[in-house]
Amino acid sequence: MSAVPISFYLVLSAILFGLGVVAFVFKRNIITIFMSIELMLNAVNLAFVAFARARGELDGLVFVFFVIVVAAAEAAVGLAIVIMLAQNRQSLNVERVNLLKL
Amino acid sequence: MNPFVGDQLANLHRLAPEVVLSVFGILVMIADPFVGAARKRVLGWVAFAGAVLALASVHIANHFPGPAYSDLIRVDSFSMFAHVIILVAVALAILGSLDYLDQQHIQRGEYYALVLFAAAGMGILAGANELVTAFVGLEMSSIASYVLVGFRRRSPASNEASLKYFLLGSFATAFFLYGVAMIYGATGTTRIDAVQAALEKIITADQHEPALAVLSLALIFVGLGFKVVVAPFQVYAPDVYEGAPTPVTALLASAPKAATFALMIRIFYVAFSPLTGLWFWLICVVAVLTMLVGNLAALVQTNVKRMLAYSSIAHAGYILVAFAASTSLGVAAVLFYLAAYIFMKVGAFLIVTHLGQQDEKRVSIQDYSGLASKQPVVAACFSLFLLSLLGLPATGGFLGKFFAFQSALIVQRRSLTLLVVIAAINSVIGAYYYLRVIITMYFQAPSRDYTPSRVAPAVAIALAIAAAGTLYLGILPSRVLDLAQAAADSLFSH
Repeated sequence: MSAVPISFYLVLSAILFGLGVVAFVFKRNIITIFMSIELMLNAVNLAFVAFARARGELDGLVFVFFVIVVAAAEAAVGLAIVIMLAQNRQSLNVERVNLLKL
Repeated sequence: MNPFVGDQLANLHRLAPEVVLSVFGILVMIADPFVGAARKRVLGWVAFAGAVLALASVHIANHFPGPAYSDLIRVDSFSMFAHVIILVAVALAILGSLDYLDQQHIQRGEYYALVLFAAAGMGILAGANELVTAFVGLEMSSIASYVLVGFRRRSPASNEASLKYFLLGSFATAFFLYGVAMIYGATGTTRIDAVQAALEKIITADQHEPALAVLSLALIFVGLGFKVVVAPFQVYAPDVYEGAPTPVTALLASAPKAATFALMIRIFYVAFSPLTGLWFWLICVVAVLTMLVGNLAALVQTNVKRMLAYSSIAHAGYILVAFAASTSLGVAAVLFYLAAYIFMKVGAFLIVTHLGQQDEKRVSIQDYSGLASKQPVVAACFSLFLLSLLGLPATGGFLGKFFAFQSALIVQRRSLTLLVVIAAINSVIGAYYYLRVIITMYFQAPSRDYTPSRVAPAVAIALAIAAAGTLYLGILPSRVLDLAQAAADSLFSH
């Protein structure tokens, strides 16, 4: 194992995930919220890679590919939804998305 | 035969329902450009045939029990039972969509293809024995549903529901995945039965639960809690159910719930069984919250779709009561409940679909006034579904609740008894809002400006099946109950 211990990677991954959650809750622009979800998924990828490296296995690395592929599919659909919404109401602020009461 | 080829063939047979669903989904996509705009309904019937054939092919898969594709998928009676529930709900939802899409002028081929792909994802969820496979199944069903929810492209409500569902759904998936990463770190595997063995080993060696595994339990619960809609993760559901096209709501409220509950059972009862002491309390607290939030919020709704959305939240709470029992009887009760639940819920939403009219204008409870004098059979069917949701004897909903509560009481644990008492009180609260709709239909003067359209044949067939299922499970439950028990036992026999 290299000089950097696994706990460093995990702490970084936890911080990234936490930042993603905070941004998801507090940001108001749909695209930014979307990016925060991507940040969370990348935190997951980092954790998988770190564990795989620490164990000397390939499994964790393979999982990362699954996550990347699925995240790409999700992004495609997500952006299509955002475009549809933008066409119908000319705004990307979630506070204007309030037709249905929460 | 070459043993490798034989092996692959057996694997294909084990995955037969998913293969059939995917093939028909692709078929619909390919045929779509060659079918004229006026004849798109044909694609709906093709999709319906796909769902029915997939239901039949469950029988094929059932002949090849065991692990498929190096144990990524498990074919056992548990997974097969869940498959049947999911596919029945999907078939009914397709029948309910045919005329709805014509009415809203959105009759398109991809709608049916997406429904079939979502169904394939749910099937994978029900059978997954590997958390990353489960993730792929979860995303297959979710991504298709995001699109389906937004299928009324010109309707701002549908856009909004789609966006909310997409953002919160992806958020939940990220939690689920982080949980999977943590359990991989704690045990070095993501295979559900291997996780169980590894956790047991670690706990006997260290005499305490590994922190990463506890964290993973919490994260996975958050992720799946969003998908089965339990409090405090329920906020998005009423909005999404209201904004989505009603047949899609019928689908969302039934099939993915059943599939995700199946996955949750596999994860909690098998992988996390060494941590039962921890998740028992989590499930208890969440069950109480879910029932209360669902029932109390449903009391004040004036929109039928929203009311039924909150009612489905309350039902997730009742299911959690049986879930908390943490016995094989509890699993059987959950499965039976889900079987009864899909008939009454899909049935109720199909009635809302039928009465909605163009642009879904007629969805408030007032619009239903005097329905009994205009369309007595529709009113009678809706009453049956509502009474079953309420839990009146001789309906599937009653026996579902009965078995759920019984499985919790039989454990003889004080906390579970208390939970059942709270659940019983909640059922009484539920009576108010279900009966209110029935009273409106039967005892209020019909509104003059509204005549409901004729019941289309496809909808009539779907309603008849749903009503028959509700009554069958309420009057002759023993056969399905035996199957549910066998399914629950198969889960523990590995």
